[in-house]
Amino acid sequence: MKEYFNNIYLALSTIFIGMSVTFKHLFVPAVTIQYPSVKPQLPTRERNRLYVNMDDCIGCLQCARACPVNCIEIETVKKIPDEDLGLTSNGKKKALWVTKFDIDIAKCCYCELCVFPCPTDCIYMTDVYEFSEFERGNLIYDFVTLTGEERKEKNENYEKFMVEKAAQKEAELKAKANENKDNSQDKK
Amino acid sequence: MIFDFFAKLTGSEILASIISALLPLFLFILPFALIAVLLERKVSAHMQDRLGPMRVGYHGLLQTIADILKLIQKEDIVADSNDKTLFNIAPLLVFAGSYAAFAAIPFTSSYIGSNINLGLFFIIGISGIVVIGILMAGWASNNKYTLLGAMRCVAQMISFEIPTLMVVVTILMVTGTLNLNELTEIQSGFFWNWMIFGGAVPGIAKILLIPFMIIAFGVIYISTLAEVNRTPFDIPEAESELVSGYHTEYSGMKFAMFYLAEYANMFAVSAIVVILFFGGYQSPVGYLGNSIGLHWLIPIEQLFWFTFKGVGFVLLQMWLRWTLPRLRVDQLMAVCWKYLIPIAFVNLLIVGLITLI
Repeated sequence: MKEYFNNIYLALSTIFIGMSVTFKHLFVPAVTIQYPSVKPQLPTRERNRLYVNMDDCIGCLQCARACPVNCIEIETVKKIPDEDLGLTSNGKKKALWVTKFDIDIAKCCYCELCVFPCPTDCIYMTDVYEFSEFERGNLIYDFVTLTGEERKEKNENYEKFMVEKAAQKEAELKAKANENKDNSQDKK
Repeated sequence: MIFDFFAKLTGSEILASIISALLPLFLFILPFALIAVLLERKVSAHMQDRLGPMRVGYHGLLQTIADILKLIQKEDIVADSNDKTLFNIAPLLVFAGSYAAFAAIPFTSSYIGSNINLGLFFIIGISGIVVIGILMAGWASNNKYTLLGAMRCVAQMISFEIPTLMVVVTILMVTGTLNLNELTEIQSGFFWNWMIFGGAVPGIAKILLIPFMIIAFGVIYISTLAEVNRTPFDIPEAESELVSGYHTEYSGMKFAMFYLAEYANMFAVSAIVVILFFGGYQSPVGYLGNSIGLHWLIPIEQLFWFTFKGVGFVLLQMWLRWTLPRLRVDQLMAVCWKYLIPIAFVNLLIVGLITLI
């Protein structure tokens, strides 16, 4: 009998305790953030989408080598002697045309390992984290500032230059060989 | 009275009764359901330190309208193995059952759908149709979750009808009438004439009645809460166990009808509690219309007070819903048969003795 009334008392009193708790929470300001219109403050060292500042890139491939998932693909072409590519922001001379700098951001694991080896600090993490796409192909980012034709042109220029150089060398060799012949004939 | 007014206006009693029967549906239940659904979501959200719907309109005010538009566009799915006739009738029955209860509820002194002498009896009887509709929905869906939910629901509703009726009989003994309009008129005057404060009973009996009336109020509030399947008694729906109980298989407007019926029911039971214990449409502090001599203002004030009290109890139901966890089936039955029924019965005896004084 005592237990019976105790149960009733317990049920009612706990209901009132619970209701007072929920009533207090009615006036606690909400902890929700209205996400797309209000964005949360990110931590200072957050790692998000990569960006490459191609003006500073010297094509050294260090980032591609550091990447643990091989998501960076770089192709470079040597400049020909009469081209001047200018200096990077920290005073290094650029010697290579970067004709391909693709980052497959779908593969990227946001480890930031590519950022540290960069000698010119041209690859870095931005604070952009909303970049979903409908096509997976759209997630391969091409950072090269040259147009497709320019890239082809650079390649051709270099090849032409190499061919010319090779021809020049051959000519030089021939000339030397001829000279040698002449000399030996002279000695005889 | 509204009925006489429409009878004069249209010249036909049938037309007048149809119009006055449709009035509460379009003027009250539908807007109430729209507001209550939004209110429930906002109240629950703020109780859990969230914001709730915020996108549609100012602070999500138009959210329910958007939801209704979505529900109207949805495909009406009827599965192959459903019992099609019963499946289609069930939501109508559930809605009709809960809507019919509004016929006898006096919203103001000048509007009552049907001023019958057995009003309270009619409401309790007609809400039995809801039980049939729910069992029908659960059976016709041909799904083990819906059937389980429907069976639990029927067991619960039938069990909790007993303490409800006990309390109704208690009130009947004090007031001597089942006519809801008369019941409200008995409680006229100021708030100390409400049944929760002993009613308009003369002498010492009034003071003696107060504690037992409070107990009676507690019993009927808990049991009506169980009858409309609200948390903590929502085992028929029990999302975590039964998907969503008897309306798992329903989609589109049929689902919306169950939803509408649930919210209409919430207000109906709140209205019954208000009429029985809190003076129905009576103002607690007198009428402005009386004091400044504008008698047409009185019904509007009465409608305001009735809605105010009713929505207050609906809010209390929501508050309880977001406070208490769900009971197990055995706990639910223990609450009913071991606690509420004995308490209501002893209460009935004591109130009966007091009324003899």
